[in-house]
Amino acid sequence: MIKVSGLTKDYGARRAVHNLNFNANKGEIVGFLGPNGAGKTTTMRILTGYMPPSDGEAIVAGYDVVEESLEVRKRVGYLPETVPLYTDMVVFDYLKYMGDLRRLPDVEDRVDEVLDMVGLLDRAQGYIGNLSKGMRQRVGLAQALLHSPEVLILDEPTIGLDPNQVVEVRELIREIGKEKTVLLSTHLLNEAQNLCDRVLIINKGKIVAEDTTENLQARLLGAERVVVKVRGDGDQLADTIKEVKGVRKVETLDDGAVEFEFASGKDLRPEVAKQVIKTGYDLLELRPLGMSLEEIFIELTSNDGKKK
Amino acid sequence: MNNIWTIAKREYDNYFNSPLAYVVMLAILLPLGIYFTLILLFSSQNALMGGGTAPDTLQINWLFIFLMVFLAPAITMRLISDEARMGTLELMLTAPVKDFEFVAGKWLGAMMFVLTAALVTLIFPIVLNNFVSPGLDWKTVISSYIGLILVASAMLALGVGISAIFSNQFAAFFVTLGLFFFLWFFVNMPAGLIPESSDLLNYLSMSYHFSQNINRGSMTLAGITYYLSLTALGLFIGTTAIEIRRWR
Repeated sequence: MIKVSGLTKDYGARRAVHNLNFNANKGEIVGFLGPNGAGKTTTMRILTGYMPPSDGEAIVAGYDVVEESLEVRKRVGYLPETVPLYTDMVVFDYLKYMGDLRRLPDVEDRVDEVLDMVGLLDRAQGYIGNLSKGMRQRVGLAQALLHSPEVLILDEPTIGLDPNQVVEVRELIREIGKEKTVLLSTHLLNEAQNLCDRVLIINKGKIVAEDTTENLQARLLGAERVVVKVRGDGDQLADTIKEVKGVRKVETLDDGAVEFEFASGKDLRPEVAKQVIKTGYDLLELRPLGMSLEEIFIELTSNDGKKK
Repeated sequence: MNNIWTIAKREYDNYFNSPLAYVVMLAILLPLGIYFTLILLFSSQNALMGGGTAPDTLQINWLFIFLMVFLAPAITMRLISDEARMGTLELMLTAPVKDFEFVAGKWLGAMMFVLTAALVTLIFPIVLNNFVSPGLDWKTVISSYIGLILVASAMLALGVGISAIFSNQFAAFFVTLGLFFFLWFFVNMPAGLIPESSDLLNYLSMSYHFSQNINRGSMTLAGITYYLSLTALGLFIGTTAIEIRRWR
């Protein structure tokens, strides 16, 4: 459904996207993971026909994004990162307008339908300008879904939503992803884990890793880090933890807490807890550290370095 | 064509959401109304004293167009620049709408707004027709209105074109205003000094064809071609500006 080969985009002298290659198939949710400025938005803008690439080719829903841009645009639903909306329009009128531009039959019924899908039916007659960030996000999503597109491209679809809405929107995307092709960008690792069948990690305009979510996790989480906190002075805490077999890289932090690592798959937390309590400390906290995106990047880039 | 109409209709409705549109409407209709009243007063006084000429409404249409030199930039300034600023341009440029359709739709929306004002002014010739005998020369009135539509079309197209270049509506306003000043007041100024080129300079003037010919009942081909060419040029500038935005 999406086929990208050798895609490159230059902004003047700056190369925003560099020789990108990837595919996304029908019924697949593909996550685009990367820090700000990695080239996610630029790639999406090329795929939606907003801007042409400097080099390379992209086929979306069977059409070339440059040669047959209008055909592509008919078949793609797009939620831009900034969620641009006409703030001086009423929600219903706005969606009807977008539907009219897409020549949808029975556009008013369809607008009601998508408003129901995103849970905004009760705000249909309100001005967009009066809606909260989360509601606007959902109006944007409704706009992207309006014409039941074959391909859905969502740039940071859950940003700015409250936790309940995040769950709802993810549920919605998962539902849509069963039949359509969804490409979404995010900088939240857990979102990618939880939503996507496959993840592309992009940095400085290049894909640095591409794999299924499970594989990626296993590959990256070679080790797990844990923080231990005890009541009072933890001077000897590090030594105590070091006594447990299998513990590595023990470090004392500024606030007296201690961080350590163990090979993943072999949880040493119970042993550490027993050891700490046996030594007479009051255990306050034993917390695994999730791997942040930055750490994954550091991991990926340093791995790259070693290979070379 | 369908898309042009959809965009124009939204733009037209949208005008009436903004206070600026009412200010512009008032700034057109109020001076015209006052002027019309004055025409009635003077000509009736002249008639009482047994002199003067029969009044007509051509001067009112001329004033309409003259006001448009200042107001058309305000009507068109935000049409595309504001979409660029708000980011909604991204929405339009990823919808299945051709760049030209988008620009033409904006222009048509502005045209419909100005035509609404022009429609209101029809009241002047209709009223005046009852006061003068043997009635107005309707052929001239119609020619005058066609001229008004042609000039408005050229102005609004140029305004939309310039609005597509900028992301700041005030920049669009001042550049458009500057262009209209040049085309209205200055371009044929040297015509008196250089008689050899006066034909050409007059041809380039936005006021000349309307004031000298069309508003006097003579629909010259040169005039019609001039305003239609400017309209096409404006829409072309707009479409090109959008294409350039895509490539940037």
